[in-house]
Amino acid sequence: MSRKIPEKEYEKTHSFKFKQWLDGTKDPYLDEVEMKPQKEFCENKEVLKKREEEDKEIFQRVYDVEHNAKIRFFNRAYTVFSVLFCISLVFLLLTAVSHLPKFGQGNNPVNNEVSQRYIEKGLQETGAVNIVTGMILDYRAFDTLGESHVLFIATCTVLILLRSDRKKGKNSIEDMENNDRIYEPKNDIILQTVARILVPPIIIFGIYVILGGHLGPGGGFSGGAVIGAGLILYLNAFGFAKTERFFTAKTYKWMSFGALACYALAKSYSFYTGANHIHSIIPMGTPGAILSSGLILVLNICVGIVVAGTMYTFYAMFRKGGY
Amino acid sequence: MQFVQNFPFMSIILTLFSGPLSSILSGKKAKYLNLAVISIVGVMSAAVLAFTVSTGEPYVYMMGHFPAPWGNEIRVGVLEGLMAVFFCIIMLLSMLGGIKEREREIEESKQNLYYIMVNLLLSSLLALIYTNDLFTAYVFVEINTISACGLIMIRQNGRTFVAATRYMIMSLLGSGMLLMGICFLYGLTGHLLMSNIQEAVAALNQTGAYHLPLVISLGMISVGLAVKSALFPFHGWLPDAYGYSTVSSASILSSLVSKGYIFLLIKVMFRVFGFAVVWDSKVINVLFVFGISGMIIGSIDAIRSRNIRRMIAYSSVAQIGYIYMGFGLGSMEGFIASIFHVLSHAATKSLLFVSASGLTEASGNSAVFGELTGAGFRNKVAGVAFTVGSLSMVGLPAFSGFISKLLFAQAAAGHHDWKVLPTLIALAISTVLNTVYFLKTVIRIYTPVPKVECKKKDYVTITMRQQPVKFAALVCFIIINLILGLFSQPIVTLISDGLKMFA
Repeated sequence: MSRKIPEKEYEKTHSFKFKQWLDGTKDPYLDEVEMKPQKEFCENKEVLKKREEEDKEIFQRVYDVEHNAKIRFFNRAYTVFSVLFCISLVFLLLTAVSHLPKFGQGNNPVNNEVSQRYIEKGLQETGAVNIVTGMILDYRAFDTLGESHVLFIATCTVLILLRSDRKKGKNSIEDMENNDRIYEPKNDIILQTVARILVPPIIIFGIYVILGGHLGPGGGFSGGAVIGAGLILYLNAFGFAKTERFFTAKTYKWMSFGALACYALAKSYSFYTGANHIHSIIPMGTPGAILSSGLILVLNICVGIVVAGTMYTFYAMFRKGGY
Repeated sequence: MQFVQNFPFMSIILTLFSGPLSSILSGKKAKYLNLAVISIVGVMSAAVLAFTVSTGEPYVYMMGHFPAPWGNEIRVGVLEGLMAVFFCIIMLLSMLGGIKEREREIEESKQNLYYIMVNLLLSSLLALIYTNDLFTAYVFVEINTISACGLIMIRQNGRTFVAATRYMIMSLLGSGMLLMGICFLYGLTGHLLMSNIQEAVAALNQTGAYHLPLVISLGMISVGLAVKSALFPFHGWLPDAYGYSTVSSASILSSLVSKGYIFLLIKVMFRVFGFAVVWDSKVINVLFVFGISGMIIGSIDAIRSRNIRRMIAYSSVAQIGYIYMGFGLGSMEGFIASIFHVLSHAATKSLLFVSASGLTEASGNSAVFGELTGAGFRNKVAGVAFTVGSLSMVGLPAFSGFISKLLFAQAAAGHHDWKVLPTLIALAISTVLNTVYFLKTVIRIYTPVPKVECKKKDYVTITMRQQPVKFAALVCFIIINLILGLFSQPIVTLISDGLKMFA
């Protein structure tokens, strides 16, 4: 049977403190938090009407819909045809898929001498325990070379689109207000504490995934993505000023150049020796050891650097057009 | 193996490497690096072409220590070498022809990004030309798409952003369809290497198994590449993309990027499916109809546009239509004519874009027709170059356009099918329409304006001294056009030898 305790006594108990923390009225780190309930967004009926009318008018004036039969026709035809197109494409693809060889059968065309050699001789020929890594970074390294340049050029295109090159010192007040850098760091203690605990293991785990790519599941693409996520978390917690101590646009430029150049040079050597039937001096090592499988480890590191840089740069660009 | 045989691989790696290298250089250094790389690759490709012509047979080059189908490989023949040389020349001249516009229209801190795009675009074009593996082709199609998008939007104004967005959406639709097609094909044959797929497809075709997915996959690949190269009903992204981007971009996009996809499509038809399968599947009939409608509707749109850049862009739609019409004829002569038209259109369209930029510069940077009156007198070399380009497009003898039209007509006449009459009629109508819009422009740029009016508007006279590089580029373009027009026989022979090596 529970008994009711007086209010004052209740305020001293842990359960009350827990309730306060849940409600957000008191924070163990920040002490009392002033709570202001957010006002629900409501618009005056007149304002709403006016806004709707303005929207309509803008549309009318820009396109002159009433007098422009072409646009009216286009708008209608566009809806109809896009729906028709999507439905027919879906139908076509489903029909084709239903006629493909059944998935997972032993006598499918995909189970041929190509995959057989990858599975049977992959370890011996590439030195990588992880056959997938051996495939993408040794058998078909040329494709992966292209793929890492896809990431690089995607970043460059985002730089073209979003990088704002404001000159320093000339910022107007408006610019300063639009630039959210001045509100940073946001000093969210929970986020900072969590980030302080989590970021080092995340980055170390990313490095582990990259370095162990030829030994087990993992590799440059996945490990790089993990490191990139760690960097983004750090950026969110501590702001651009702190991140820029070790990672700037210049760092990214040199890092990606170094990684891609290293990949291109290393692989050129192997392409050249392979095609001209010259013996390659790169040692295979014992499969299973960390320093083994020829160039794969180096290539994994290169790919990892490019992927991590790409992820971080994308985030920084979309966040505020520079870093 | 001789040392020359390494050149295709080296040119791909060199251009790939120069992309990231440009990112750490300043805009000016990146420009010189870009010009140097294009020239070196051009020379290397010429050596490769000479080598393949002398041996008379194609060779495969192993990319790494594993032979295909396990590893990657590239395959080099006469046609590949010819295309690589030609693409390098056109790209070099387009870059030289637009230096001043690039400096004006691109922010200074973003100059080097432009050269990254161009270098990687060249590497992807080379890879598309040389590759013998469908998946490698897809990877480089991605690079090609993204870099083309960058080329469009680096001149930052509202129209180019819209154009780039449209280009991205359409182009990704095309990429997606191409990827689906490749996936189906892989599921059916278990291979990605072109020669192996061809064997497997031939075997499937004999037994008649998996006929439907095979045809759908051919259709997906053809339509995907047609969307990317702006064949008629899928050309909505084209006029803005070519009309408002900076000159070098417009001329590279129209003369090289779309041609890279067309070359890949030729490869798919000859080396992946084999000509017999393509012929049976009737997919080329669809391409034929699209091509013919494009020839006429593109020309009509060009007549209706009031902006010289957009007019040239719409003219591209018509010319792409010619190329697909040649595929649609489904004969060897048709393909030879199409490939010759690829060369001829690349040379002429970039000439037109560069000379049109010279004309607009003399008319207060306005591309509207009303302002262009008398521009041929204010910028004499550009005026002459534009006239040459127009006459070539119309198909006057001695210029390259005449030869391609002649080849198309011959290919059609040698055909025993329902396609003979439509082809000839469409050729005739399209030629008349071409004449209408090109000669209209030529007459306008050679209509004198009184001097008082010239001063009132900010018209300027541009002499050869002020822009020696641009004029040199224009003169080179004219010479290429004349070479293609006057000495076409050796080139046609090269193309037909190259096509024989394909099969």
